[in-house]
Amino acid sequence: MNKKTIVIDILRYRPEMDEKPFTQSFEVPYIEDTSILEALQYIKDHLDSTISFRWSCRMAICGSCGLMIDNIPKLGCKAFLRDYYPNKISLEPLANFPIERDLVVVMDDFMQKLESVKPYLIPGDNACMSSGEYQQTPLQMEKYKQFSMCINCGLCYAACPQYGLDNNFIGPAALALLARYDRDSRDAGSAQRMKILNQEEGVWGCTFVGYCSTVCPKKVDPAAAIQLLKVESSKDYLIGLFKPD
Amino acid sequence: MKTITMDVAIIGAGGAGLRAALEIAQQHPNLKIALISKVYPMRSHTVAAEGGAAAVTQETDSLEHHFDDTVSGGDWLCEQDVVQYFVENARKELIQLEHWGCPWSRKEDGSVNVRAFGGMKIERTWFAADKSGFHLLHTLFQTSLKYPNIKRFDEHFCLDLIIENETVQGVLLLDIAEGEIKLIQAKSVIMATGGAGRVYRYNTNGGIVTGDGMAIAYRHGVALRDMEFIQYHPTGLPGSGILMTEGCRGEGGILMNKNGYRYLQDYGLGPEVPLGQTKNKYMELGPRDKLSQSFWQEQKKGNVFKGKRGDYIHLDLRHLGEALINERLPFIRELAKAYVGVDPVHEPIPVRPTVHYTMGGIATNNKTATSLSGLFAVGECASVGLHGANRLGSNSLSELVVFGKLAGQEAALYAQEKKHIDIKILEQKAQKIVQRTEDFLHSNGSEKMVDIRQEMGDTMEEGVGIYRTKPSMQKTIDKLHELKKRYKNIKIEDKSSVFNTEFLYAIELGHLLDMALAMAYSAINREESRGSHQRIDGFEKRDDKNYLKHSLAYYQGDDAPEIKYGKVTITRSQPAQRAYGAAGDKKIKEDIK
Repeated sequence: MNKKTIVIDILRYRPEMDEKPFTQSFEVPYIEDTSILEALQYIKDHLDSTISFRWSCRMAICGSCGLMIDNIPKLGCKAFLRDYYPNKISLEPLANFPIERDLVVVMDDFMQKLESVKPYLIPGDNACMSSGEYQQTPLQMEKYKQFSMCINCGLCYAACPQYGLDNNFIGPAALALLARYDRDSRDAGSAQRMKILNQEEGVWGCTFVGYCSTVCPKKVDPAAAIQLLKVESSKDYLIGLFKPD
Repeated sequence: MKTITMDVAIIGAGGAGLRAALEIAQQHPNLKIALISKVYPMRSHTVAAEGGAAAVTQETDSLEHHFDDTVSGGDWLCEQDVVQYFVENARKELIQLEHWGCPWSRKEDGSVNVRAFGGMKIERTWFAADKSGFHLLHTLFQTSLKYPNIKRFDEHFCLDLIIENETVQGVLLLDIAEGEIKLIQAKSVIMATGGAGRVYRYNTNGGIVTGDGMAIAYRHGVALRDMEFIQYHPTGLPGSGILMTEGCRGEGGILMNKNGYRYLQDYGLGPEVPLGQTKNKYMELGPRDKLSQSFWQEQKKGNVFKGKRGDYIHLDLRHLGEALINERLPFIRELAKAYVGVDPVHEPIPVRPTVHYTMGGIATNNKTATSLSGLFAVGECASVGLHGANRLGSNSLSELVVFGKLAGQEAALYAQEKKHIDIKILEQKAQKIVQRTEDFLHSNGSEKMVDIRQEMGDTMEEGVGIYRTKPSMQKTIDKLHELKKRYKNIKIEDKSSVFNTEFLYAIELGHLLDMALAMAYSAINREESRGSHQRIDGFEKRDDKNYLKHSLAYYQGDDAPEIKYGKVTITRSQPAQRAYGAAGDKKIKEDIK
């Protein structure tokens, strides 16, 4: 019988009861292919039912279960006990977000950032349903495909030092999403989105640390998206010098 | 309690709910829409769909072919007028998604590509690599941000419907983060809450797929139709149940038992198609019910592998090569590596059937209206009659948008003709629900929720699984009644009002238990074998004389649900023998003669 165990420290905070966050330790059975999420479920089912965390799909696509594991933003469903054993594991809510309760963070600001970048196709004059689908070659799709892979897990905001300093910065996921639509051959909304890019909180807030891309579980590479957008923003500035509105 | 007045309330913000919201927002900018979800919309389980969405696309294809595949795939339990409407509208809806930005995979010339799928005569499945549901959901969600008349209630749990004069008047919500109760007054309500796969122990579903909308409608007297038809997807990962898309087989992946033998040829799906080729409706491209049943037979014969997370067979993609796997199945590669430590480029993936989809659901007419005035239902939570006794892969994503749009239209029309009633009446109704909810929160019994949940999952696998007998189903029914009794004596430790997930899980468990009972009773009463409902106790054959009809389960509190039957709409396809592989081709030739 397998009696190996591993210790997990969890940052707890229940706003109605606790004045400030505190750490609670749990000992769970060690099985190498158990994910951090499954360990949390074990804790909730068997050790302390009051602990709260978000989860759903268990397969790294719904984006619910982001948290800090040993101070690194990760998806709980895609990190495994085997990666830490025999050491103790520390779990905390995503950095740079306010804590709602336990491992649950307040997502309101993140959602507003996503909403602010006009993340939808802004069709040109020739858009017409009756003529069937738009033509878009694999090469044209390649220009934005990577940036369409974001699962909105928020890990990149937890990793972004700039967002941590000033949360007016639009941030990596939302800017990658902006790039996703801006670079889509079917979209004609660049001019409308340029205002968002050019503002102080837009691309120029980014100091290119690149940690957002390191932690991204879907290889979206928001840092690259932001660099590409900086080029667009510069071009727009230069054109504006010669051709003012 | 806060009250908010809206026109249409949509519960669930997955593919169906979002599509309905978009339809109303675009066509009726004067209507106020409440889009309610217990999670953020992009967490909805639509996100996990991988393979694609079906619509007649190629010159060589026809609406008749898609119709016939769907009706025979459903073993003639489909509503044929509904199927007709579906095949006629599917392509238009997929193009609409394309115009909203969905990155469907393309051919070199820039037109949309299609892939083969199980039970489909001709390739007609639109796909976005192997993240079709993810892209569909995010496209719909992002597009919805354009419309200010869609007011979102993210992370709001629906406690109940508010009904007066036998008409839906609104919904009562719990704001999960704030603990605040909100009464949404609405003239019509659309249920779009997804399936109930979490009733079973091993499933491909996310934790949120707990049958909430089905249970709420059911408890108000709306029938649940065809609940005995549960789809086991043939290729989930053992233990976790994580989905390995049918697209794997559509691209040419094969299934092998422990002897390296492609056993499907022994179960009416052969002859064997050479490695590297695919043949529609043969072998690995048979329908899901037949494939899952074949696994069970192989298991009985001792031809499956034994692993620490249960029995399995091999899904082999190696011959597809790294380039094709990376282009068409990148997510499958990522998942197999992460969760079973297998790189499908070099090794076969261990898979087994796991519960995937509820064919049945809230009974609606062919325009998504339920028997309860003002209540509409759409998507997996509903039974509009598209899938019959077995759903074909890639019909459900298309269903979300085709019928999501229709539900939006119908709910908007209904709302335009109605007036809000006096809010005070609704507040009184709401107060009672609040009281009931608070009493439940203070449950201080001795039963552990986890025990009930796991015992429910196990007994459903045992009794209402791939093959069924009367004694096995009866045993499950007895167990479920015991569990329901124990559920009344559960303990909820957490009494807090901020993000109290223990409390939500408790409510969800109650929903699941009612769904399990509806499934088990619907199953034991159907004394025939059809589609995903297979009996091995003397009812091995389909019995059109007695059972070419829908089951209808009616809630009776703690007692057994009442099971009634409703007729099946047949337009142009009379029930016939359902055949695949060479037998299917032989049958077509005979039909032509």
